[in-house]
Amino acid sequence: MNSFIGKRALASAVSLVGLVILVFFLSRLTGDPTNLYLPLDATTEMRDQFRELHGFNDPLIVQFGRYVGDLLQGNFGDSIRQARPAMDVVLEAFGWTLTLAVITMSLVTAAAIVIGSLAAFKVGGVFDRIATFFSLVGASAPDFWIAIVAIVVFAVNLHWLPTSGTGSVWHWILPVAVLFIRPFGLILQVVRGSMITVLGSAYVKTARAKGVRTRPIIFVHGLRNAMLPVITVIGDQAAAILNGAVVIETIFGFPGIGKLMIDSILLRDFAVVLAAIMVSALAIFLMNLLIDIAYAILDPRIRY
Amino acid sequence: MTDTRTISEPKPKGRAAQWLAMLWADKFAFFAALFLLIAVLCAIFGPMLLGDLATKQNLRGRNAAPFDLERGWVFFLGADALGRPLLARIIVAAQNTLMVAAGAVFFSAIIGCGLGLVAGYSRKRSAQWIMRLGDVIMSFPSLLLAVIVLYMLEPSIANIVLVLAITRIPIYLRTTRAETLEVRERMFVQAAKVMGASHKRIVFRHILPVVFPTLVTIATLDFAFVMLAESSLSFLGIGIQAPDITWGLMVSQGRPYLTNAWWLSFWPGLAIILTTLSLNLLSNWLRIALDPTQRWRLEMGGRKNG
Repeated sequence: MNSFIGKRALASAVSLVGLVILVFFLSRLTGDPTNLYLPLDATTEMRDQFRELHGFNDPLIVQFGRYVGDLLQGNFGDSIRQARPAMDVVLEAFGWTLTLAVITMSLVTAAAIVIGSLAAFKVGGVFDRIATFFSLVGASAPDFWIAIVAIVVFAVNLHWLPTSGTGSVWHWILPVAVLFIRPFGLILQVVRGSMITVLGSAYVKTARAKGVRTRPIIFVHGLRNAMLPVITVIGDQAAAILNGAVVIETIFGFPGIGKLMIDSILLRDFAVVLAAIMVSALAIFLMNLLIDIAYAILDPRIRY
Repeated sequence: MTDTRTISEPKPKGRAAQWLAMLWADKFAFFAALFLLIAVLCAIFGPMLLGDLATKQNLRGRNAAPFDLERGWVFFLGADALGRPLLARIIVAAQNTLMVAAGAVFFSAIIGCGLGLVAGYSRKRSAQWIMRLGDVIMSFPSLLLAVIVLYMLEPSIANIVLVLAITRIPIYLRTTRAETLEVRERMFVQAAKVMGASHKRIVFRHILPVVFPTLVTIATLDFAFVMLAESSLSFLGIGIQAPDITWGLMVSQGRPYLTNAWWLSFWPGLAIILTTLSLNLLSNWLRIALDPTQRWRLEMGGRKNG
């Protein structure tokens, strides 16, 4: 197990280093942030001073060397936009996104597993058809469009919920509900498909022949074995939210990491972009590790 | 005189008719295919027929309400903030929307499938490198990469196709490789090898036809995914730029008018949702229709589920 984790960590670290190098140079090719931050009538001296302050005067390779040197001392650079350490800015935003991801994914997982299992139990029944149809619609819907429609209906017309921002429990309902829909549709389909396979297997037939009741068959015999493919999809979907639900966060003015990334790219706040990439890469690595551990717990035959 | 022919087997039908019958057996898939056909026709002929109408501004008809036939049928879905008819714009925008998705799916499928065949069939070290490449692409936050690349390279249609195609390669690469690894060991491949078939012949005549149905199913599903991705990019303002239009961009353009003119964003969004839903339904049908062991479900004309 330890060597397995080591190998995975190494592979992730290599691709992260590649990504950081790529983003470092690509993002600096997008242009000089000076004009974005200084007023139009700024003098040449002011511009030079600004460039000097943030080190944009040196050749790219020198800038990169300095960045790596700082990194090795645990310094991720400063945000130009907020004039404080980039890592602080990123961690603050990541906290919001993490909370959002945890709330959404726990609701999605619970709902998809219960409804998917029940649908699989009577394939072709009324419940199954309704569940399948809604999961297909959910998996097909563009989330930004649902977000807009939800704002019009619940915030603008009915005045039940706030349109954007954070602050109270009510602010969380719309983002969570909108983020819920797509993963719910996808995971429900996987639960249903996997459950149908499992329920047709020999040990479920044996259990049924022994007279075990319906509910234990689904949730004890079936679920544990049906969970492996489901967990993979849950991981993918959680990663998508952690990577920044950019569109949803932008629409709802949610101060998460997705919104932070896109704002920082547009305003060429390079240090923040790089720190954000590193934090979300680490989060996704840890999550994949958790999923692998979950595999091993669910299926004792899996050994790493 | 007895007529025994009535109970004889039905005449063998042509291939096209057989597929149509299988499509008709699944009503959802049938209407999905019909909708997609209409969308494709709109994409091909729409700009030719309605191109001028879709860009003609009419400030008197700003944000005209939908379901009003007074101004003509193109205004049935209302008009946008410059008085341009929404229905005509949606039809015209179908071209860019579908073209970007089709281009991205086509290139990623060709490249991914080609690399996957090599990685699965060859036993050389280069195969390992191909898989690592796939892993690296997979670990990139794709939307972020798209943002950076498009911000740097000018958001043109070709660049959007490029970015989306690159991010989707691993899907085809992994599937093709996994299937090739398995098919390679089957008896008919061994037999072909023993009879002295060349590598090229084995890969293209024996392995590819077995892998192909899976790829078609994935590509159909992926088409929906890529369309959503393009819409998100255009919505964020880093995808297709005005005066070009796509459905995602139209949703974004309607956003400032949400409170008094909901139809500006609603209809293009509905077009996206109907297209992706149709693709999902069709992909479900394809999975059954292309699988020789499942196909009877459709040929019997009975219920198909599972």
